[in-house]
This record gives sequence, structure tokens and C-alpha cells, in this order.
Amino acid sequence: MDCAGKTFETRDPRTGEVIATIAEGDKADVDLAVKAAREAFDNGPWPRMTGYERGRILHKFADLIDSHVEELAMLDTVDAGKLFLVGKIRDIPGAAHLLRYYAGAADKIHGETLKMAQRMHGYTLKEPVGVVGHIVPWNYPSTMFFFKVGPALAAGCTVVVKPAEQTPLSALFYAHLAREAGVPDGVLNVVPGFGPTAGAAVASHMGIDKVSFTGSTEVGRVVMKAAAESNLKPVSLELGGKSPVIVFDDADLDMAVNLVNLATYTNKGEICVAGTRIYVQEGIYDAFVNKAAKLAKKSVVGDPFNPRVNQGPQVDKDQYEKVLKYIDIGKREGATLVTGGKPCGDKGYYIEPTIFTDVKDNMTIAQDEIFGPVMALMKFKTVEEVIQKANNTRYGLAAGIVTKNIDIANTVSRSIRAGAIWINCYFAFDPDAPFGGYKMSGFGKDMGMDALEKYLQTKTVVTPLYNTPWL
Amino acid sequence: MAARRAASSFLSRFLLTRPSPASPASPAGKSALLGAGALLHRFSTAPAPAAATAEEPIQPAVEVNHTQLLINGNFVDAASGKTFPTLDPRTGEVIARVAEGDSEDIDRAVAAARRAFDEGPWPRMTAYERCRVLLRFADLIERHAEEIAALETWDNGKTLAQAAGTEVPMVARCIRYYAGWADKIHGLVVPADGAHTVQVLHEPVGVAGQIIPWNFPLLMFAWKVGPALACGNTVVLKTAEQTPLSALYVANLLHEAGLPEGVLNVVSGFGPTAGAALCSHMGVDKLAFTGSTGTGQIVLELAARSNLKPVTLELGGKSPFVVMDDADVDQAVELAHQAVFFNQGQCCCAGSRTFVHERVYDEFVEKSKARALKRVVGDPFRNGVEQGPQIDGQQFNKILRYVQSGVDSGATLVTGGDRVGSRGFYIQPTVFADAKDDMKIAREEIFGPVQTILKFSGMEEVIRRANATHYGLAAGVFTRSLDAANTLSRALRAGTVWVNCYDVFDATIPFGGYKMSGVGREKGIYALRNYLQTKAVVTPIKDPAWL
Repeated sequence: MDCAGKTFETRDPRTGEVIATIAEGDKADVDLAVKAAREAFDNGPWPRMTGYERGRILHKFADLIDSHVEELAMLDTVDAGKLFLVGKIRDIPGAAHLLRYYAGAADKIHGETLKMAQRMHGYTLKEPVGVVGHIVPWNYPSTMFFFKVGPALAAGCTVVVKPAEQTPLSALFYAHLAREAGVPDGVLNVVPGFGPTAGAAVASHMGIDKVSFTGSTEVGRVVMKAAAESNLKPVSLELGGKSPVIVFDDADLDMAVNLVNLATYTNKGEICVAGTRIYVQEGIYDAFVNKAAKLAKKSVVGDPFNPRVNQGPQVDKDQYEKVLKYIDIGKREGATLVTGGKPCGDKGYYIEPTIFTDVKDNMTIAQDEIFGPVMALMKFKTVEEVIQKANNTRYGLAAGIVTKNIDIANTVSRSIRAGAIWINCYFAFDPDAPFGGYKMSGFGKDMGMDALEKYLQTKTVVTPLYNTPWL
Repeated sequence: MAARRAASSFLSRFLLTRPSPASPASPAGKSALLGAGALLHRFSTAPAPAAATAEEPIQPAVEVNHTQLLINGNFVDAASGKTFPTLDPRTGEVIARVAEGDSEDIDRAVAAARRAFDEGPWPRMTAYERCRVLLRFADLIERHAEEIAALETWDNGKTLAQAAGTEVPMVARCIRYYAGWADKIHGLVVPADGAHTVQVLHEPVGVAGQIIPWNFPLLMFAWKVGPALACGNTVVLKTAEQTPLSALYVANLLHEAGLPEGVLNVVSGFGPTAGAALCSHMGVDKLAFTGSTGTGQIVLELAARSNLKPVTLELGGKSPFVVMDDADVDQAVELAHQAVFFNQGQCCCAGSRTFVHERVYDEFVEKSKARALKRVVGDPFRNGVEQGPQIDGQQFNKILRYVQSGVDSGATLVTGGDRVGSRGFYIQPTVFADAKDDMKIAREEIFGPVQTILKFSGMEEVIRRANATHYGLAAGVFTRSLDAANTLSRALRAGTVWVNCYDVFDATIPFGGYKMSGVGREKGIYALRNYLQTKAVVTPIKDPAWL
């Protein structure tokens, strides 16, 4: 539906051209959406269906996603520049998989009977929290949509989603499929628009019971502030990162080089958990730099619809210019540019896979999240040293460890202050594995059964016992 | 075709002139009937039209296509070539002859399950993939729901309305419930008292032997096979000899859904042969049995004497249904009636001791009598019928003996007590009142449509009397008082206490017995632990950042 009649354009980052004109939601539209979600929660069928019935509808929703895989992958490719083949084979089926995980969890939300230290019978109930606001980023439009909507719907909440202004298309398609699957009206509302308008309206709405945001740390701060200043709605934040990947001497060199290449350049570096600070132990450092540069140079940057392409364009002009600026800063601060560093082609927002060495820990490119295909390679000597360096960041989202040694794996994984530790692998996401950050990478978990907690209230119910053979 | 009809009508008249198979006076009647039934089967798998009884048994809308054993993904004859008949309890006639598994077949089935577990794909695929197979299975069950329900009613005698309206949907629901657990099976990572990292893995236990009863053939199939497969195990299932058909039908669907060969093996057969062989098998890692307490004891003993395989048991009951003095009598009467008469009274958790507070006793008995008289007994395929036949002659005779015992011991026979009709195993809904705790009908599990009403005057008294039994499967409490509900639900030594309801069997609710009603729980998250082994993995940590 269309409110004030305003629209905005969404562009194809391969060319900068307009794909479509989208209704632009503002505060008034968010108000309407919240009203619908509120009505659906307070009086509609959704929270009053059994978990099993909600699960059946979510399973149908997942089946519908499976039957529209290509269209959905295409939408994310033209909207965000993501690789079409990866979308078709991994991202979109992954979204259906995640939804099925929560469909199967909907009837497995448990409270507990308690052991009271009095003559009382007590138990907890896990109730849906109510109307949830979701602010979804542009880097993984489909995945992020279901990270949030999956558990929220399974828990019996109703939802208002504000997709990123860069990537509204697949979210709108999902809303359409949800309706087809039998999700009742008002349960899933999608309001495309901009952060300072629609997003802010969600964060500060008095009628929203919980807000979940994924995006940059700066905007996360704004969301949390708005939540505090409005109705103190609980907030969960999944923010930026500057994740370290630590390669020890005993690592298989080729495996490590491939892993690191994946960690930094996947999705053109537009990924919160990108491994962007690469610490390589001195024993293999030189060989590593050599192979890493060779591999980066071999990367095929181009049209993401082409199955032979490794890397598509950055999502839009702003991001593109920001990345190039950081590359410039890197050069000026004295890091050594080993490969890349330049835009690719003269149309769209393509950037070469870039590697800097001789990076000092306090350089901007070692501290700031660049969100582009830029790797900072650093040398280290000892385990204690690299643990300290790895933790020397305001972020704490993920970390990679490459080693064959059981003691190093166990010690280092406990020592790094980050929410996801990947040993001899990277991006090892799984529907059953809770994911979220430490420190300024945010708080609260997505995925796994843990994510349901964000959308539930715990109510403790107690009543006296007058006659009981046991306590 | 006309010749066939002529032949079957001749045979039906032949059958009807035999002495009643149910009367104790003609023990030979049953085998004569079976002999005739075997002949009958050669001409038709449908029950013969009955010319002489009031009711013509309705022809079930399903064919019996699977009668062999299912081993390693193939339907095969028994090693001995033997078969046995399964009967239509409406008439005592043979529906079909089914392969009779014995110890050699159990050996083959266990070998297939062992290979499928040790080497096959099932435990090695991701839990998500197992989940998808089970979800497809549930969809296939729904697609064939009508046929499955008809088969279940034909073999068991429960009403089609119940099979189709409640049970088959519950089977699909149960399978979907466990499909959703497959990818959520977690162990704990526990803190150590020193510098160690400790992870507790929950692994599939291996080959599960499962023995299911005849009263809820498919539901029992789902309660056992669902969690076992979801946890990544392989299964050898021994069905009840009275009801072998529906398991074979749905097991075929499970293979259609993508279950690898050898993961589920179904062996039809008898307890002392196939059942005992499964209990004693050294290659079975876990055993689950649902049936009578007496047989459960044998099962446990065989498991102990062989390889100490862990055993879960769901056994009998004599569950109390307590009607307090604040009861809405009409509601209580209806609930108590359903609690005992559901499924022809053939329910392990039947509310078979109805304790009624003296203040509402007389009204309750009168109304229970009226309700029992209203109960419609007949062909379970017919619309509006509430009660079908008992499962077989053996149960039928046993129930009537209990009725006699009730009369002999001085309980008031309020209504019923006789068989219905002259064919099949139908019994009148029977109500005894003024029963005493020491009467057989108040102590022993009758497993039939017999309500036993006892009077009580106080809370402490009814708690004591309700608990004075070796059983402890379920209990019903009828009261509006919060405190009475809390008191009774804590005081009754039973695995399920239903307050102001009965027989609520949602997939999430753990079910099982105290005392001699059993060991362990089925359904809910609790069933998973029956099919998982627990392994602690401990490694030292050097320089732990925290402990």
C-alpha cells in the first residue's frame, strides 16, 4: 500500500541505474504498520494459534521460497550486487532452511516448573513479547530478513520490518509470499524507507515492544538511544566488526591462504564478520603474503550474474567512495599496498581486491571497519602477543584461527573476546548456532534457539501450596 | 465375479452356522473360524457380506497391499515361509495373512539395522536432511490419510471417525514434532573444577528395538519411530500380532519419503517368538516396549540377561478419576465416561476407577448409567458409532470374565454386562457402582468398556485409595478449586494428571508411568533421551583466559 505518495529509487550497482521506484515509508506509515501489528497481536489469531499451527504456516512459507529461488536471488543480485549463483545455491535456500528451523521450534518454547524455597508452586511462562520492530541491512537482504523474522514469528510476535533503502525488493517479495503461505494480515508488515525517517520512527515508537537492529555501530548507537528515550523497549544490536584471522606456523599454507581470501573478500567485503585483520605467524609470513597476493590478483571482478565472477560491485556510490577513501588513508598512513587499491572498470561500483602489509595496529585501516575488499596483513611472533593484538579493537564479532594444534585451538578460542570463533573454517554459520557480538559489535543473539529469547518475555507465576507430600 | 460372490456368500453362511467363537463353551470355535477364514481369504480380502446378523459390515475403502516383512528396504517373506492371519474384529474373519517373523527374521532385521547404522548414510547425514525426510513422510501420511485410517479401523475396530479425525492427524503431527527436534539436539558444555574444557555430546544410541501394542497401532508407531529416527538411530519394529497392517503401509511411505534402506525394519509376529528374539538380541542397543505389565517384566528380564540394553516400558494402568464435591455433575459424568470408554476401553491410561464424592454420588451414578445406555455400539465404519468391537476373542472373553467377577463380588451392575450381537467382539458399555477397593474389578486392568464407580468422602481418603495400587500411569481430577487441583496433582503418584480434562495427548507432553506402569517417558523433549547416548569429552586447557 502507498501512503503519502512519496517514492524513492533503488539502483543497480552494476551500472548505477534505477531498477525501480519504491514507496517511501515515513513516520506516518510506520504508525499505520504498528497499528496493524498491534491489532494483529492483541486481537488477531497469530499469538492464539498453537506453536504447531504457526510452524505449519512457516513451513509453507519456506516451501514457497524454495519454489521462487531464482526470482529472489535475482532481486538481491540487482539490488545489492550479490553473486547470483551464490544466491541461488546458498543464500536463498539458506533462508528457507533458517525459516524451517524456526518453524520446527515454534512448538518447542518451554518454560520451567521451579524449586521454590517456600511452600509455593512456581513456574515460568515464555510469552511472545508483542510487536517487534526489525531494521534490516542491505548486505544480505534475504538472510538478514529471516535471521529476524523467523524466530519472531515462531514465538508468536507480530512484526514491522524496515528493510535497508538500498535493498527493499526481496523484503517486499517475502511479504507477498508470507501472505500466500497463510500468515494472517498485520502479522508481517514491511515499510521500505530511510534510516533517519522510517528507521528512527521504528526505534522510537511507543507502540513497539522490542527492536532488533543489524547495521553499523554508529547507527546502532542512534537506535539504542531512541529506544531509551521513547519507551525503553529492549534492544538487540548486531553491528560492525574488525575480525581477526590468526594463521599459525603449523597451518597448511594453501588452505590458510584460501580461507583468508574467503574471509576478506566474500560478498565484496560487505559482511559484518569479514576477516579483515590477518595475523600471520612469522615462520610462514613471507610465503603467505606471496600466495595471498597471487590469489587476490586472480579474482574475477565483474557482473554478478556471470557464474565465473568471484566479486560483484559494492552496493552503492556511498559505500564505493568510502572504501576508496580508506584505501587512500592506508596509503597515506604508510602501509604498503601489495595488490589492488583501484576501482575496476568505469561503470558501476567495482573495486579491486586489495592487500596492505606493514600495517601497524593503531592505523585507521587496522581499527575502522572498511566494509570493502581490503585486507590488512600483519606479522606476529607468539601466541600471547597475537591474542593481545586480536583483542585490541573496540569490536568483537568473529575471529578465525588456523592451526592444527589442539592446545593452541583451545587456548586461543577462549582468549579472544568475540562472539563467533571459527577454527580452520570461516563463515561457519548454522541455523542451530547462536550468533552475535561482544563489545561494540553489539549484543543479543541471532540464530539458534537463543534467538527466540529476544522475542519472548519470561513471566514467573507463583501460588501457595497448602497440602503437598513433597517440596 | 458372480462366482466369487456366490462362493463368499456360501462361506459366510458356513461361518454363521459355526458355534459362536466368543462363547467360552466352544474353545474349538476359534480355530474352526480361522480355518474357514483362511478359505475365505483365498476368494476375497474383503469381509463377507453377513446375511444373518442385523448389521452388514461396511466394506473398508482400502486394499491390503503389504503383508510381508520389511527388511533392508524390501518386502520379504518370513525365513520360514510361515504366515498368520489378522482378523476383522467386527466378524472374527480374516482380513489378510501376514508373514510371520521369528528369530531368524529378527536376526536379519537387526543385521540390516546394524549395517545401516554403522556404515549407512542415516547417522552421517546432517540433522536437517533427516528432518526433511521425516517432514516428507508426514506429508505422505496426510496425502494417504483416508486409506490409512480405513486400514487402522479394519484391523483394530476403533471407529473410523476416531482413526481419521484424531489419530492419523496425530501421527503426522508427532512425526513433524520430532522432525523439528532433529537439528536441535544439544548437550551441555559444563564448567570443570580445573583447567579443562568439557563438552557433552549426545550421540545416537544405535539400533533400537521397538515393540508396539495393538490398541493404537499407528500412534504407537509414531511415538516410537519418530524420536528414534530423529536422533539418527536405526530401528527394528515388532508390531502386535493383532494389528500388523498399518505399520507396513506407512513404513512403505517412509521409504518413499527417502528413508535409506535398513533404517526402519518392520517385523510382524508374535511375542514369545519375534518379540523375545528382539529383547534378547545382542546386537540391539536399546529397547522400548509398550504393552501389559506382565509382558513388560519378561521384556526387562530378557534385556538384562542378554546385553543389558537400556529399556523403556509403557505398561498397564488402573487410573483413578476423582470427582470432587464441587463438580458440575453433567460435565464430570461426560468426562469420566470418555475417560474409561474411549477406544473401547482399550487404553493403558483409561480412567478405570471412578472415585465420586458422596455428595454428588447418586446423581453421578444415575447420569453415568444414562450416558452408557446412550453409547452407540456398532460397525466402527458407520457414522455416529461411538464404540466398535474389542480387538479379539481373547480380550473379549477376559472382559466378560471380569464382568462376571464384578457381579459375583457384589458390585451393583448398573447397566450393560453382555455382549452385543452374535458376531465379532462387541460388548455393551457396562457400569458398576458401589464397588469396593478390594474387588477384582477395582484392582485389575480390565481393558474393556467397563466403568467401576467407587464412593469417597474426603480428600485424604481418596488420595490414599487412589494411590493404593501397583500401577501409576495417569489420573484425572475434576474440581473447580485451585487448591484441590494443586493438592491432588501433587499427591497422586501417576505420570500424568489431567485436571478437568482427560486423554490430552499432545506431542509435546511427556507420557509414562510411575511404579509398575512403566519406566521412562515418551513424547515431548523427554523421549529424545531414550534414543541418545551421553558422551563427555574432556581436554585440558593451557593458559585459560577464564574458568
